[in-house]
Amino acid sequence: MDEKRLSVFLERSSYRRRRARDASRVLPILCLFLFSIPGLWQVGTGEIVLSEALTFLFAVWCVAILIAAALSRFLSEPVVGDDASSDQQSGG
Amino acid sequence: MVNSLVAVSLAYVAVLFLVAFYAERLAARGRGSWLRSPFVYTLSLSVYCTAWTFYGAVGSAARAGLEFLAIYLGPTLVLIGWWWVLRKIVRIGRSQKITSIADLISSRYGKSNSIAVVVTIMAVIGTTPYIALQLQSVTLSFNAFLVVSEPVSDLYDPRSTAFWVALGLAFFTILFGTRNLDANERHHGVVTAIALEAVIKLIALVAVGVFVVWQVMGGPAETFAAIDASEINLWQRDGGRWTGILFVSAAAFIALPRMFQVLVVENDDEKHLATASWAFPIYVMLMSLFVVPIAVAGLQVLPEGANPDLFVLTVPLAHGWDGLAMFAFIGGFSAATSMVIVAAIALSTMVSNHVVMPIWLASSSRDLSVAGDVRQIVLYSRRLSIAGILALGYFYLRLTGGGAALASIGLISFAGVAQFLPAMLGGIFWRAANRHGALAGLLIGFVIWAYTLFLPSFGPDALISKQILEQGLFGLSWLRPNALFGVDGLDSLVHALVWSISLNTLAFVVVSLTTFPNPMERLQGAQFVNVFDHSAEASSWSKGRAEAEDLLLMSQRIIGSTEAQKIFRREAERQGIGGYLPDTTPGFLQRLERELAGSVGAATAHAMVAQIVGRSSVSVDDLMRVADETAQIMEYSSQLEVKSSELTKTARQLTEANEKLTNLSVQKDAFLSQVSHELRTPMTSIRAFSEILENEGELNADERAKYAGIIHGETIRLTRLLDDLLDLSVLENGQVKLHIANGRLVDVIDQAIAATHFSKDQLLISRTRANEKIDVLTDLDRLSQVVINLITNAAKYCESEHPKLTILVRKDGQFLVLDFIDNGQGVPRELQEEIFEKFSRATNRAAGAGLGLAICREVMTNLGGQISYLPGQGGAAFRIMLPNP
Repeated sequence: MDEKRLSVFLERSSYRRRRARDASRVLPILCLFLFSIPGLWQVGTGEIVLSEALTFLFAVWCVAILIAAALSRFLSEPVVGDDASSDQQSGG
Repeated sequence: MVNSLVAVSLAYVAVLFLVAFYAERLAARGRGSWLRSPFVYTLSLSVYCTAWTFYGAVGSAARAGLEFLAIYLGPTLVLIGWWWVLRKIVRIGRSQKITSIADLISSRYGKSNSIAVVVTIMAVIGTTPYIALQLQSVTLSFNAFLVVSEPVSDLYDPRSTAFWVALGLAFFTILFGTRNLDANERHHGVVTAIALEAVIKLIALVAVGVFVVWQVMGGPAETFAAIDASEINLWQRDGGRWTGILFVSAAAFIALPRMFQVLVVENDDEKHLATASWAFPIYVMLMSLFVVPIAVAGLQVLPEGANPDLFVLTVPLAHGWDGLAMFAFIGGFSAATSMVIVAAIALSTMVSNHVVMPIWLASSSRDLSVAGDVRQIVLYSRRLSIAGILALGYFYLRLTGGGAALASIGLISFAGVAQFLPAMLGGIFWRAANRHGALAGLLIGFVIWAYTLFLPSFGPDALISKQILEQGLFGLSWLRPNALFGVDGLDSLVHALVWSISLNTLAFVVVSLTTFPNPMERLQGAQFVNVFDHSAEASSWSKGRAEAEDLLLMSQRIIGSTEAQKIFRREAERQGIGGYLPDTTPGFLQRLERELAGSVGAATAHAMVAQIVGRSSVSVDDLMRVADETAQIMEYSSQLEVKSSELTKTARQLTEANEKLTNLSVQKDAFLSQVSHELRTPMTSIRAFSEILENEGELNADERAKYAGIIHGETIRLTRLLDDLLDLSVLENGQVKLHIANGRLVDVIDQAIAATHFSKDQLLISRTRANEKIDVLTDLDRLSQVVINLITNAAKYCESEHPKLTILVRKDGQFLVLDFIDNGQGVPRELQEEIFEKFSRATNRAAGAGLGLAICREVMTNLGGQISYLPGQGGAAFRIMLPNP
């Protein structure tokens, strides 16, 4: 943690950056779930037609890309101060 | 048309060469910052999309519906989850100057070259068929034009296409891939060319897609209708296979040698990953966007039995759009070539660093600092490896003859490299992972993969006999390649994946837990796992004895003289030394080794520096020796401690002895002054009365008799005093002669009482004679002397009107106890110890030299007993303890 800072609360920007990291860790898990759904569709029932399946997958794909793009702006910023502790978390 | 196709292809290749050359020149001049832009990086990742995905995705969609999408979704997951894994791998790759996936794994496990060799061999086995597949795709797509076009010229032989393509690619790769031995192992020319190819293949596929949707189908709505109406809609939905492909493509995205090359080795800046995390998913999404429409269109338009793998070409051709088809061909061609180029570079780096160089190093006993140009040897070995790998791919294609077996090799190859995953991820997240575990996991995973997936993929009786396929190895049905342990009915890919990855991981974990890593592994493990904690200093050189000059000579041969001199110069400046030769500190050796590792791999660089430095960084022996020295020092220090405490003890004893001596000296002085005083008093009175007798003539007889009596009494007193002193000195010096004899205690006491002859008024003695009838073996006279003394004391000092002495006798264990208790006031507490000292008198009331009790004490000590004052008995009480015979 940043010992120089007296406040118990983090600065808004660094708080947001940390949440962006959290989100970037959650995003692939969420996507894995959504992308696995086609594997759960029943074989041969034909209830879900191919165009619907395609639309679903591409829609999820697009949303995932948009979120990833939004997150990457926070994540690629040069990090000041509180990098070490959070990096450690991701390292372990 | 074929001629123009050849011409366009050659022109395209020429453009590639120019672009690569131009980019190299820009990079060499330090210009062209766009070469290092995140978008070039992202585009270079597109080597993931090979000809197999360019053509094969459409074929796969036509045959198996949505399955092809999973191959793109896996990498998407990895990239949008870059904060988890990719970021760490890239950071490790940059800080440790990793040159290949084999280098990463071997570096992690203590720079073990055996692991590097295993990974390299596995990678070559997994990748060679893949290269063959690319060559085949070029041949097939080329032949697609032959079918519809006019007879070709005699000069052209369709079978030779693959050969010429392989040759051309080998030339390109050698030219730009081994142009220099960059310390960072980055190939700007190649990467830029790959980025261009990425754009070409994307535009080509999108162009065909747009053509299909708007030209063939007539619009998006109609396309959707056509998709739902087509036979693809009846695709087999196999959940296991879908998930399996999702997993294996994600794993392959990190572990494929060519992907590792562009993802980690060619990475210029970690921040590029952030851009790639969303830009590359867009790229693959666009690549797959029109796959289903093209497949549907192909199924609609083309006759039954047309190869769906070539729909990208044949659909435009069927509609007479030859130009578009040609563009699509170039797209497929770029997909194939970019894959082959990067794979060849990645594999040649591995083969050269981990197989050729170690063998060369081992075989050349010459001193590296004076031997030939290592740099040149590394380059040759790279070039040879590239040629070898492409030749392998080509001969593989010729031997297997291509066909369906080859088409399925894509996923099989993915599953093969996925075996690196446990060792790799375990290595960067788990410190306890060690090289035995990694090796066990890799080998088991690889064997199972080969047995269940790779070998059977060639069909029965090709590489694995039909009998084994149907009845299992050694006729054991639970060892059937497609139903291990009786698990039947699974898709072969899923089956192989489940068994190979799970047993691989299990072996990796169990062996890691049960074996012990060497020091180097532990150091590297800590650096890999905690790469974000410190800017990673790899294992240290324990002592820098290397000659800086030798190192400079060697470094120049590996990374070139300019670069090497720059490094040495910088280091010398850092150390505050002029010139090019810094002190070979461990830190410098470490940095230098890492720089060299960028060119020849960690293991080789380590070995090379070791050869000059004369020792390999930290061996177990070193540690043992250090530990030994430490133990010796600790031993020595503990010995010192013991000695020092001994000294302290001796010093203390000396101090005590000194104090004792001082005390004794004081006592001696006191004794002498006492003795002088005691002697002087009687002497004075003797002198005085003798003078009176001498001088005073008119003394009558009575007076004379009186004075003579006084003189006589004083003389007796003097004699007694001198006798006592003599007695005491004899007793104290232990020179006394004891006359040990048998006797009865009662007789001793009787004798003593008789000797003192006090009247009952003077001292009443109370005793119990019956208790005193005890035999003693001692010096009876001496004992009697003590008793007499005690009785006399009682008579002298007891202040009672009716003095009374009680003598109690009893046996107490090994002692005879005699208590002499009177009814006086006793001895004051502070004097109780003192009264046994010489010349000490409790009162001044009675005359006496004060030697009695001192003599008693000495006697008792000489008799083996003791005498002590017994407080709390009402009067003065003394206790004599005699050894009980």
